[in-house]
Amino acid sequence: MSVQRVILHDMSLRDGMHPKRHQITLDQMTSIARGLDEAGVPLIEVTHGDGLGGASLNYGFPLHADEEYLTAVIGTVRHAKVSALLLPGIGTVDHLRMAKDLGVTTIRVATHCTEADVSEQHISLARKLGMDTVGFLMMAHMAEPQLIAEQGMLMESYGANCIYCTDSAGFMLPSDVTARIRQLRECLRPETEIGFHGHHNLGMGVANSIAAIEAGAVRIDGSAAGLGAGAGNTPLEVLNAVCQRMSIATGVDVMRLADVAEDLVVPIMDVPVRIDRDALVLGYAGVYSSFMLFAKRAAARYGVSSADLLIEMGRLKTVGGQEDLIEDAALNLAKKRSGT
Amino acid sequence: MTGINVAIIGSGNIGTDLLFKLQRSACLTPRWMVGVDPNSEGLARASSLSLRTTTAGINGLVPHLTADHIQLAFDATSAYVHRDNARKLREAGVVVIDLTPAGLGPFCVPPVNLAELAGRRETNINMVTCGGQATIPMVAAISRVQRVDYAEIVATVASRSAGPGTRKNIDEFTRTTALGIEKVGGADRGKAIIILNPAEPPLIMRDTVHCLVATPPREREIKESIQNMIIEVQKYVPGYRLKNGPVFDGKRVSIYLEVEGLGDYLPKYAGNLDIMTAAALRTAEMLVPEIIAGAYR
Repeated sequence: MSVQRVILHDMSLRDGMHPKRHQITLDQMTSIARGLDEAGVPLIEVTHGDGLGGASLNYGFPLHADEEYLTAVIGTVRHAKVSALLLPGIGTVDHLRMAKDLGVTTIRVATHCTEADVSEQHISLARKLGMDTVGFLMMAHMAEPQLIAEQGMLMESYGANCIYCTDSAGFMLPSDVTARIRQLRECLRPETEIGFHGHHNLGMGVANSIAAIEAGAVRIDGSAAGLGAGAGNTPLEVLNAVCQRMSIATGVDVMRLADVAEDLVVPIMDVPVRIDRDALVLGYAGVYSSFMLFAKRAAARYGVSSADLLIEMGRLKTVGGQEDLIEDAALNLAKKRSGT
Repeated sequence: MTGINVAIIGSGNIGTDLLFKLQRSACLTPRWMVGVDPNSEGLARASSLSLRTTTAGINGLVPHLTADHIQLAFDATSAYVHRDNARKLREAGVVVIDLTPAGLGPFCVPPVNLAELAGRRETNINMVTCGGQATIPMVAAISRVQRVDYAEIVATVASRSAGPGTRKNIDEFTRTTALGIEKVGGADRGKAIIILNPAEPPLIMRDTVHCLVATPPREREIKESIQNMIIEVQKYVPGYRLKNGPVFDGKRVSIYLEVEGLGDYLPKYAGNLDIMTAAALRTAEMLVPEIIAGAYR
């Protein structure tokens, strides 16, 4: 039997921007990127938490522009490649071209899991530019495996060479992951790769990633020390150690990656990234992980419960990017409470 | 005042909704609907209402423009297709109301600048985007009170109300809306975000407007200006409503809107269709007296 190989893709400098309110400094970014590179992590994502062009009142203005972060990290790493995230509706092909010009090799075009057809412009351009082109189906728990596979096939038809099943809410259990990855593997062309992106809101990040690998995924996202939205992403150093135990080849040094997590990432956390009550609600109610800090802030401002607010966002069937409705929902809850 | 004959180019969601609204217009008579898909539901509906139809795109319409006295056309295709359509219609002397995000002609958001555009004999008027029609009036309401350094809008529409044209043109939506926020809304810098939400039952269109004003917000005047503008928009989109706000947070002013449609073609959740087609209709009706008077000849 041949050795199974997976590509570990670090999210701490992109998804990790959420718990850092997009305020990671250039020094922090380059030191973490250097550490990840030296540990052997092959692919590192660097973008505003909400992707290229995410700088906004709605999602938060970052400390530096995407261009500055990308330039700094690309100039630092020696072996690792750098990826960028793009959400059609927020970023445009202009951002994509900028990222390509700066030396980004992998573009990940993200849509809600039922809206793949908004990605045609971006995926087809990225493919034409010769980039490693990934279609990223977010909130994948909200659609059945067959629909996920159909949406993945659309992205594949536009030119994506890899399709992701993305558990943005950290809602999935291993059996949910297995069913979706298996269906994707059955429906996509054999040469198209499959990836999985997890959130740790129910503590399932590592188990879900292993389920994904066993069902045919070859790219797995995680973050050093789990730095990411909600309870964070799959802790990459833990997943790497588990892979080593299971003889799944990652090419990443277990202790060096553990050092990056412990010595470089944990010290920059504003608060511990853990499964607190709000993160648990995200995973339990199936709510987009980056809503969490917005809900905490709106709850404090309007005197309502952040957990109630997140449950309300779930009830409204919101999707990724609808951060604007959190303040609106908080105002509604406050009105209801005061009986006006 | 008598009316003029018009053509609808594009037989998708927007074209079909326009067809419904044109049935009620006192001065615009729809004579043609142009499509490319022989199985289009919109074309079938147009035929049943005795409109002439073609599946050959703009080229199927051009030879009939003179004989059928078509003096104005609504283009509800896509930004790419519009460039070609615009050229051919201009050569034929037909005034165009452009509902694609192509943005070739001046932008029109009726309660903000329709009066200004009247009498300028513009032959191609662009309706920005649905998100622009829903939000630019609010940006303008604030920028009339005080300088807006930056305005950003988030438009959330039901997946079912976003047809293939919108989906293929999503970058044009964000760019054109951002430009409209600046040029018509009066913000120094604009940004637009669009979200498609597939929830069932479909959600009513939601729009959020965030502005950063240059100096501390003059709250009372801003509230009053917003209220006045809402009344103006409600004249042609009765389901245009302020849900929350304005929220004042330092220099940030945020407004939470809902746009419920009339339910002409798609059900009432598709306020994005209504606000676009109702604004286009209002713009076209304003031009009719001038067209009849021969101002465009």
